[in-house]
Amino acid sequence: MAQSTATQTFERHADLPPPVMAVGVLGWLRTNLFSSIANTILTIAAVYLLYLAIPPVINWAFIAADWVGATREDCTSGGACWVFILARLNQFIYGFYPELQQWRVNLAFGLLIALFVPLFVRNFPNKAWVGSFLLFGYPIIAFVLFYGGILGLPVVSTDQWGGLMLTLIISAVGMVASLPLGVLLALGRRSEMPIVRAFSVAFIELWRGVPLITVLFMSSVMLPLFLPEGVTFDKLLRALIGITLFESAYMAEVVRGGLQAIPSGQYEAAKALGLNFWKSMSLIILPQALKLVIPGIVNTLIALFKDTTLVIIIGLFDILGAVEAAIKDPSWLGYAVEGYVFAALIFWIFCYGMSRYSQGLERKLSTEHNR
Amino acid sequence: MKTLTSLAASASLLVLSMGVVYAGTLDTVKQRGHIQCGVNTGLPGFSFPDDKGKWNGLDVDVCRAIAAAVFGDAGKVKFTPLTAKERFTALQSGEIDVLSRNTTWTTTRDSSLGLNFAGVNYYDGQGFMVKKSLGVSSAKDLDGASVCIQAGTTTELNLADYFRSNNMKYTPITYDKAAETVAGFDAGRCDVLTSDQSQLYALRIQLKDPGGAFVLPEVISKEPLGPVVRQGDDAWFNVVKWSLFAMLEAEDMGVNSKNVDDMKANSKNPGVRRLLGLEGIGGKGLGLPNEWAYNIVKMVGNYAEAFDRNVGTGSKLNISRGLNALWKNGGLQYAPPFR
Repeated sequence: MAQSTATQTFERHADLPPPVMAVGVLGWLRTNLFSSIANTILTIAAVYLLYLAIPPVINWAFIAADWVGATREDCTSGGACWVFILARLNQFIYGFYPELQQWRVNLAFGLLIALFVPLFVRNFPNKAWVGSFLLFGYPIIAFVLFYGGILGLPVVSTDQWGGLMLTLIISAVGMVASLPLGVLLALGRRSEMPIVRAFSVAFIELWRGVPLITVLFMSSVMLPLFLPEGVTFDKLLRALIGITLFESAYMAEVVRGGLQAIPSGQYEAAKALGLNFWKSMSLIILPQALKLVIPGIVNTLIALFKDTTLVIIIGLFDILGAVEAAIKDPSWLGYAVEGYVFAALIFWIFCYGMSRYSQGLERKLSTEHNR
Repeated sequence: MKTLTSLAASASLLVLSMGVVYAGTLDTVKQRGHIQCGVNTGLPGFSFPDDKGKWNGLDVDVCRAIAAAVFGDAGKVKFTPLTAKERFTALQSGEIDVLSRNTTWTTTRDSSLGLNFAGVNYYDGQGFMVKKSLGVSSAKDLDGASVCIQAGTTTELNLADYFRSNNMKYTPITYDKAAETVAGFDAGRCDVLTSDQSQLYALRIQLKDPGGAFVLPEVISKEPLGPVVRQGDDAWFNVVKWSLFAMLEAEDMGVNSKNVDDMKANSKNPGVRRLLGLEGIGGKGLGLPNEWAYNIVKMVGNYAEAFDRNVGTGSKLNISRGLNALWKNGGLQYAPPFR
């Protein structure tokens, strides 16, 4: 025994290589970007493409760009000419709104933001009052501020409205007016009353069946021909009515999707409690249904926001229209790309904001059903 | 549904705002206190808002001239930007009083749309732009050239006709959009760029080296652009027509916005005196004040001033007068005598 133990020698096993790094930056890179030969090739190709694409863009937009000045002569470095945007910024935001009166627009939008902030604050007292003031009181104040005519404010007719201001007005009116109309149409389509149902179906299918551009066109080109000569009414109003009716048809279908997702037990329970139709809808069915279709509603609203650019075909200058008119000024010919990039950036900011807000709203209202 | 809504809306507006009985346009305009003028939503040199949001351009100045004639104030105009498709409806429905939006005068439009063309404020037409390095001075030398062109426009047909009738060959290189066409020309994909002349000058600014290209003198199509009014309102038609003529006659007589006061006080020339309302019929026949033409020249300028300021040497476009020179300088612009 003793001998055998003596003959046994202790041999060190050769060192094993260290384990593959699974944590930290290197580990992340290895598992996500270089996990196989094919992935490695793809990664390298993608990095190369980014290398080709990004530096020139950054160079154009920032490094070689011109930021200060007042005329095209100040744009000499060959990159983006942001001078153009700065020189026209006022027009892109306010359109042709008289400069001396622009405080009214600022005030109206400032008030809007001031009213919106409490809605984002959790546990803010009297939220319901703020909300209903926003819906019913604020539009009147905003209209008075924008249009004027009373309280000593000079009238600024709607053909002077434009730019971002017009984009926001059209989309806000479209959103606020199309949602309740859409809810009514959705309820009408599921109603048991044949005339109401037939009307709702016909309305929805008619408005959903035509492109928005034709609606705007009809309102601007055909409608005046039906009116007696010399009678015209506001182009912006015509566009607003057209957009609202059009969007309400889409909204109706989104809301109807939500209504159908509510189990029939809910309807029966509401009836069993003795609630009448409007009460059962407003207290039981709609709160659940609308919560379910928040993504759909926001989807429609974002589409509406972007669709407002179509008003350019009837000669209203929303922000994109203002950009397109500005690039036709001989003093700024050739700076179209800068204009479009600017408009795209503005649209992205607003759409992304809406999308984030809706996600927050979904989380806040979520009770169950999360899968 | 929409019609109903809009009818209701328009009815309520009618009650609220319409005290005006529909009369002749001139009376309506005088009562309203401003002219409603339809312009392009954006065309370099002809109609565009400047950095301050003020409308500028050759077409815009026609409306300013009418306002100066009617009100003695060139600022009493409201501009309605219109797209090509809605322009005639806007005029027919009475939304605007005059359409000054680079509209080509054709038989069809003049005879079947219920419209009248009140003259020509710009003789446009298809032309050619070449690079100086090509060493060509006339369109007749373009045999065998490659031509950049926008697809699906009458420009394409005019080009084919022109080359065929002159027994020349060419290679068309077509693009979808104006911006691509000019980029193609800039990159040297073709020798020649063809489009309406007024457009060529606007496209030239967008080249990397605008000085290295120029527009050939030949014009191969007729595009007379002018202001349009509703048919059947001759009094208003006359006002628009003669407002335009007054600008031309002023240039012809050498009256401009700078010397007009001096001319009015000192000129012995009977033509000038009649134009400025010191002699002759004045504004009686038109239903305007006697100094109507004076007001136009004083506030808007004569045709040469308007041309230079908006599209000519005083602007970035630098369009040569060409067909738009006065008749005595070899152009087509001509006003009937003021007497």
